Amino acid sequence: MSIYARRRIADSIARKLCLAAAVFGLAWLVGILGVLIYEGVKGLSPAVFTQMTPAPGSSGGLLNAIVGSLIMTVLGVAVGAPLGLLAGTWLAEYGSNSKLATVIRFINDILLSAPSIVIGLFVYEVIVARQKHFSALSGAAALAILVIPVVLRTTEDMLRLVPGSLREAATALGLPRTYVIRQVSYRAAKAGLITGVLLAVARVSGETAPLLFTALNNQFFSFDVNAPMASLPVVIFQFALSPYKDWQQLAWTGALLVTAAVLCLSIIARALEQRTKG
Amino acid sequence: MNVASIVNAELPVKLSVRDLDFFYGVHHALKNVSLPLHTNKVTAFIGPSGCGKSTLLRVLNRMYDLYPRQRAEGEVLLDGENILDPRVDVNLLRSRVGMVFQKPTPFPMTIYENIAFGIRLYERLSKADLDVRVEQALRGAALWNEVKDKLQSSGLGLSGGQQQRLCIARSVAVQPDVILFDEPCSALDPISTAKIEELMDELATQYTIAIVTHNMQQAVRVSDFTAFMYLGELVEFAETDAVFTTPKQKKTQDYITGRFG
Repeated sequence: MSIYARRRIADSIARKLCLAAAVFGLAWLVGILGVLIYEGVKGLSPAVFTQMTPAPGSSGGLLNAIVGSLIMTVLGVAVGAPLGLLAGTWLAEYGSNSKLATVIRFINDILLSAPSIVIGLFVYEVIVARQKHFSALSGAAALAILVIPVVLRTTEDMLRLVPGSLREAATALGLPRTYVIRQVSYRAAKAGLITGVLLAVARVSGETAPLLFTALNNQFFSFDVNAPMASLPVVIFQFALSPYKDWQQLAWTGALLVTAAVLCLSIIARALEQRTKG
Repeated sequence: MNVASIVNAELPVKLSVRDLDFFYGVHHALKNVSLPLHTNKVTAFIGPSGCGKSTLLRVLNRMYDLYPRQRAEGEVLLDGENILDPRVDVNLLRSRVGMVFQKPTPFPMTIYENIAFGIRLYERLSKADLDVRVEQALRGAALWNEVKDKLQSSGLGLSGGQQQRLCIARSVAVQPDVILFDEPCSALDPISTAKIEELMDELATQYTIAIVTHNMQQAVRVSDFTAFMYLGELVEFAETDAVFTTPKQKKTQDYITGRFG
């Protein structure tokens, strides 16, 4: 057997193994999604979007949880995204090689991979335990802490993709540093920066653990950010663990909603990313 | 060596480099360089890679300021004012000394904005006045006829040669005194190159120009004066014709006849 024949066989085996591994991994995902859609769609009805979470045995929807999720996500991102953007800008444009930047990057990486339950406990200690009550605000704070490292990382990466020659060209026109960053770097990286924020939204919209310790839950509709507030992930968690059939059904439907929302955001983010690179 | 006085004392000097040394950290990249840029003339910097010609160019608008550990010593006088003085406002300096780079670098915005952007930084103009200035700049860079119907489309959609002329228009728009070209044609095809060279001829009627080039024919075609640099030193500076026909230094002759470099 020639060396080429051996290589061909090795190649074909390696390829089949790779394919098998990919199919194995994806099969589970498809299975999960399939079951989720099958179970979730069963419970889809206008009531889901118009009625509050019910007491066991009675019928209801997820309106308070959907609104609660929206409020806390928006608040969390509104606080976390600007901080992440500014910090990422500093790392990419000003600090890049300084000692401080290295330290910040390192800490950010830890924060990025920290289990979200730890963040929830942290906020519980710092805010909830002192205020002596759960609140949507503390939930938003926990989400903001989750948003910062994601946005910071993507902001730095995206700004680093902006060619140095573009910065030099802008500088050569006599633009002050802040103009170069705002008018040229941000513009060139715009789609990427938005992608980072969208990914952060997608990440926090499914978080349960940090909200369990902070916003808790609320059976009723509430706009009061100083009081406990329902959210989809926490409702899913609570209802899925319950023995009641209609609660379990609502949990499936809620899970489907969260998944669909995250999927939409990911698709938008991907599309924007393509535009940045292209 | 005080080259500045050797060549042509009658011509006015726009920018005068005196005893310039430049360091990248500890690397001594320019050694005691002195030369003039005559007003409304084109001066070419030639020499093998790493000889310091681009470095010299980047001193003239203090581009090196962007990077830590790079420093210049000596004097560079622009209309008699030493631009290396730390008190000089570098942004103002850069508005007087424009630069065009090797690779075209249009900003990610419309063609119109690419030009208007720089103007707005220094002047408050009405929309009509701004339109006039944008048109002037694009005409000045021989680009107007090609883009006048698509001013609102992205500058990134232009061809390489057009992008480079857009960058020239952008520099011209802020009305500098000096324009620095850093190998402006090395990423362009011959036709685009010819257009840019033609353009330089025209620009020289209004601006003082310095160009770094690897292409000696280009230096002959576009420049009035040529500086030959080698290993961070200025070997020879003279009228372009003189440098290429009767070089005084053996090194210059070896280089222009292709014996090294």
